[in-house]
Amino acid sequence: MIEFKLPSLGAEMDEGTLVEWKIKPGDTVHKGDVVAVVDTSKSAIDVEIWQDGMVLELLLELHQTVPVGTVIARLLEPGETPEHADAEKRRIAEAAAAKPPAAPAPSAPTPTKVVPATGSEGRRRVSPAARVHAQTLGIDLARVTGTGPQGAVTIEDVERAAAQKPSADDRALAMRTAIGAAMARSKREIPHYYLATDIPLERATRWLAKRNQGRAVTERALMAAVFLKSVALALRKFPELNGYYRDGGFVAGSGTHLGVAISLRQGGLIAPAIRDVGSLSLDELMKRLTDLVARARALTLKSSEMTDATITVTNLGDQGVEVVHGVIYPPQVALVGFGKMSVRPWVRDGNVMAEPVVTASLSADHRASDGHRGALFLNELNRLLQEPEPLDEAPK
Amino acid sequence: MTPTRVDSATIRQTVLDVLRRIAPEVSPDSLQPAKPLRNQVDLDSMDWLNFIVALHERFGVDIPEADYAKLVTLDDVTDYLTTKL
Repeated sequence: MIEFKLPSLGAEMDEGTLVEWKIKPGDTVHKGDVVAVVDTSKSAIDVEIWQDGMVLELLLELHQTVPVGTVIARLLEPGETPEHADAEKRRIAEAAAAKPPAAPAPSAPTPTKVVPATGSEGRRRVSPAARVHAQTLGIDLARVTGTGPQGAVTIEDVERAAAQKPSADDRALAMRTAIGAAMARSKREIPHYYLATDIPLERATRWLAKRNQGRAVTERALMAAVFLKSVALALRKFPELNGYYRDGGFVAGSGTHLGVAISLRQGGLIAPAIRDVGSLSLDELMKRLTDLVARARALTLKSSEMTDATITVTNLGDQGVEVVHGVIYPPQVALVGFGKMSVRPWVRDGNVMAEPVVTASLSADHRASDGHRGALFLNELNRLLQEPEPLDEAPK
Repeated sequence: MTPTRVDSATIRQTVLDVLRRIAPEVSPDSLQPAKPLRNQVDLDSMDWLNFIVALHERFGVDIPEADYAKLVTLDDVTDYLTTKL
């Protein structure tokens, strides 16, 4: 039996509230399927499952909030029968509780009902009308104070709670708190070092303009995508910048999964990942980037996108400043920043030229790497951007 | 051909609709049409590309990247589209 737990949703995001189940008992799910939508302080997130199976029961009710790691559904593994699962479930229950075993399972178990989870205080008493009303209004019953008999939640209680429903301001506050907690942890735990270098972009700009010329507007690439690709390729020679610092040691990333820092119009910031950027063609990367930014702004991201990043890239863009001194997103060990691309005096072949230049910076974790290697990484990034043509293709 | 005032007004309204979809916080009344748009609205390079894509879809006008430099103010955008339509 698969006990499906609410996965991690990113640093300092400790709980999720169920917005929607995408599965029901009896459904077959496959690795990578989105099974639920949960709300966090930052965003609604599509929760993916990473095993094949058949849904047996759902353990979380709509609008219920639970900590990361809580079992929220049980599934049968391929080939397993409900009887196996029942037996296993009984074993777990017997082991967990010093209570007599539950009544024998019915001879033909039909896994069709949604079993409400019971918190430490047991099942809430909620009038059926109040439950329906809460669902309609999107109210989390766990957070409603009941004033009915034995503390039961009445329809009036739901209405009172609806009047105090979290507003956009509360969301902004929650996001600020989550960012603050992650960044405080970063500054407390990670011994950062900072490096920066100016990278002339005359060749890269001309190459990109030529590449975009004559292309339909939807087929054009942005310099932001070129930067991502060059970071991913440069990282291949510097694995110590790409991964996590966990349990007192560095663990290299399984690929170049780049967290892309995206500022949200309503304030706040989110850095979901694009996986294996180093293996994507520029066109494919641009497609993924466009999609990711749109979904981040619409607040519909996937759980894996929130946790897969092995390094973060922040691009303050052409409305920004010259240099970024980034704060690493734990448990990652590095962040690459790009400032504003601007035309600056640049000496080439003994002549001062007016050329587009960007300042690339690296914030890195001294527990995983040293400044010397960090400097070589930025030089490699520079080298790749001086010969941009190979950035177009997916490497063989 | 000189475009009529009605044409320009309709185009401007559509441009503003497109802009609002990308930057919902924008209040069209407070935009100064002769001042650089990107000094008044926070548009990064992805927003700008989405803006151009949306204009292309709404008006069926091809906007080459080389022309972006001509599209500085809201007036510029409206005039550009007016001449292209």
